[in-house]
Amino acid sequence: MNVTLQVWRQKNATAKGQMVKYEVKNISPDTSFLEMLDIVNQELIARDEDPIAFDHDCREGICGMCSLMINGMAHGPEHATTTCQLHMRSFKDGDTIYVEPWRARSFPVLKDLIVDRGAFDRIIAAGGYISVSTGSAPEANVIPVPKENSDLAMDAAACIACGACVAACPNASAMLFTAAKVSHLALLPQGQPERHKRVIDMVRQMDDEGFGHCTNIGECSIACPKEISMDFISMLNRELIKATATNKE
Amino acid sequence: MAPALALYRSTIGKKVAMALTGLILVGFVVAHMLGNLKIFTGSQHLNEYGEFLRTVGEPLFPYSVLLWIARIVLLGSVVVHIVAATQLTMLDRASRPERYVFHKKQQATYASLTMRWGGLIILLFVIYHILHFTTGAAHGNFIEGDVYHNVVSGFQVWYVSVVYIAAMVALGFHLYHGVWSMFQTLGLNSSKWNGLLRGLSVLTALVVAGGNILIPVAVLAGFLS
Ligand code: FES
Repeated sequence: MNVTLQVWRQKNATAKGQMVKYEVKNISPDTSFLEMLDIVNQELIARDEDPIAFDHDCREGICGMCSLMINGMAHGPEHATTTCQLHMRSFKDGDTIYVEPWRARSFPVLKDLIVDRGAFDRIIAAGGYISVSTGSAPEANVIPVPKENSDLAMDAAACIACGACVAACPNASAMLFTAAKVSHLALLPQGQPERHKRVIDMVRQMDDEGFGHCTNIGECSIACPKEISMDFISMLNRELIKATATNKE
Repeated sequence: MAPALALYRSTIGKKVAMALTGLILVGFVVAHMLGNLKIFTGSQHLNEYGEFLRTVGEPLFPYSVLLWIARIVLLGSVVVHIVAATQLTMLDRASRPERYVFHKKQQATYASLTMRWGGLIILLFVIYHILHFTTGAAHGNFIEGDVYHNVVSGFQVWYVSVVYIAAMVALGFHLYHGVWSMFQTLGLNSSKWNGLLRGLSVLTALVVAGGNILIPVAVLAGFLS
C-alpha cells in the first residue's frame, strides 16, 4: 500500500519546526507503524538526510516509550493500542497520515517527534513510591489484600506513563496519569503509611510542572492504551480532599 | 480555614470550589424553576409566592432579610465559581502553547467543550434577567410587585422569549456536564455510581431547562395572558 505522511520535523528544542511531506510506497499492510517509519528513515539515510527522530523501546506495548499523535489521536486510531502495536492495516491505501509529537508546555519537543517527559518522572519522584526497608524479602502473601482492591490497584498500575492522556486532553492535564499512580498505591496496604503525604506532594508537583487542570472531558481515558478509567480521577480528588482535611503539617 | 486554603492552592482545590459553589447554584436553579411554575396556577398564586419570598422568616427576620441573605450567598457563589474558572482557564491556555496541526476529538461531548462559553452566556443572561424581571430597568412595562403581569407582558415580546429560551438551552448544556462533573470533582464518583450520576445530570438539565422554557412558550401560544 502507498500512503502520504505529514510529519513534524524540528531540528532541536529551540528550532522552529514544520510539517514535512513524505510519500511512502509499497508498504505491506502487516508492517507495524514504527517499522514503516524505520523504512522511511532508511531511505532518508540513503539519501543523506536526517532520519525522523521518534521514541520507542520495547515495541510490545509495555514500556511506555513510544508516543505520536497519529491523525490527531494519541497512539493512532486503534482502541487500547500503543503506537508500537499499531499496524498499517489500520489505514487505507492512499491515506494521508499526520504524525505529530505530544503537545504540552510540560512536554517540550526535543527533536522531531521526541518530547521530554521528565515531568512525569518528577511527579513520581515527589511521592509515587513506597518506602521499604531493604534486606531479606518478606513472605509475599503475609499481608492480606482484598481481591477487589488488588484488582482495582492492578487496573491503575497498568499505566505505562506514556503521556497519551496529556497529549489527548484539551487542557494538557496530567490528571489521569497522576490519578493512576496515586490510586494504585492508595488501594494497597503497603501504600498506607505515606498515603496522605503522597497525594499532596504528587498533586503539587503536577501543578508545578504546568499541566492544565481536568475538565472531566474524558479524552484521556479513550486515548489511554491501557484503558485507565476516569474513576481514578475521582479517586484522586477524594484522596486529596481527605489528605488536606486531615493534614497536620 | 487553613486546609481549605491549602486545597484551593491546587488545581483540584479550585475545582472543588467550583463544585461546591456549583452545588449551591444547581440547588438555586432547581428551586427557582419550581417557583416559576406557580405561574400556571394563576396570577394571585405567583404574586403571593413573590411576596412570600420577602416575608419568609418574619418576625424573626425582618422583611426581605432572608431573601437578601440568599442573594448574597448566591452572589458569593457566582463570584467564587467564576474566579476559580478564570484562574483554571488561564492555566489551561498556557498548558499547550503549540497546538496540533491535526487533532481529532474522540468522545468529548458538546456540553463538556462549551462550559466556558456557555458559562459566559449564562452570566450575561443573569444580568439581563435581573434588569428585566427584578429591577425592571430592561422591561418596557414593569409594575413593581405584579410578577404575573411582568412575566406575561415581558414574554409577549417574541424576541425576549427567544433570548430566554436560548439561555435556558445554554443552561441545560452547562448542567448536563456540570452536575456530573460536580460529583466527579468531589471524589464521589465510581463505576458503581457513574450511570446513576450521568442520569441525574441529564434529568437536572432537562427538568430545569424544560420547566423554564414552558413559560415563554405558554405566553407566546396565548395560554397565559
Ligand atoms: S515501545 Fe514500548 S510501549 Fe511502545
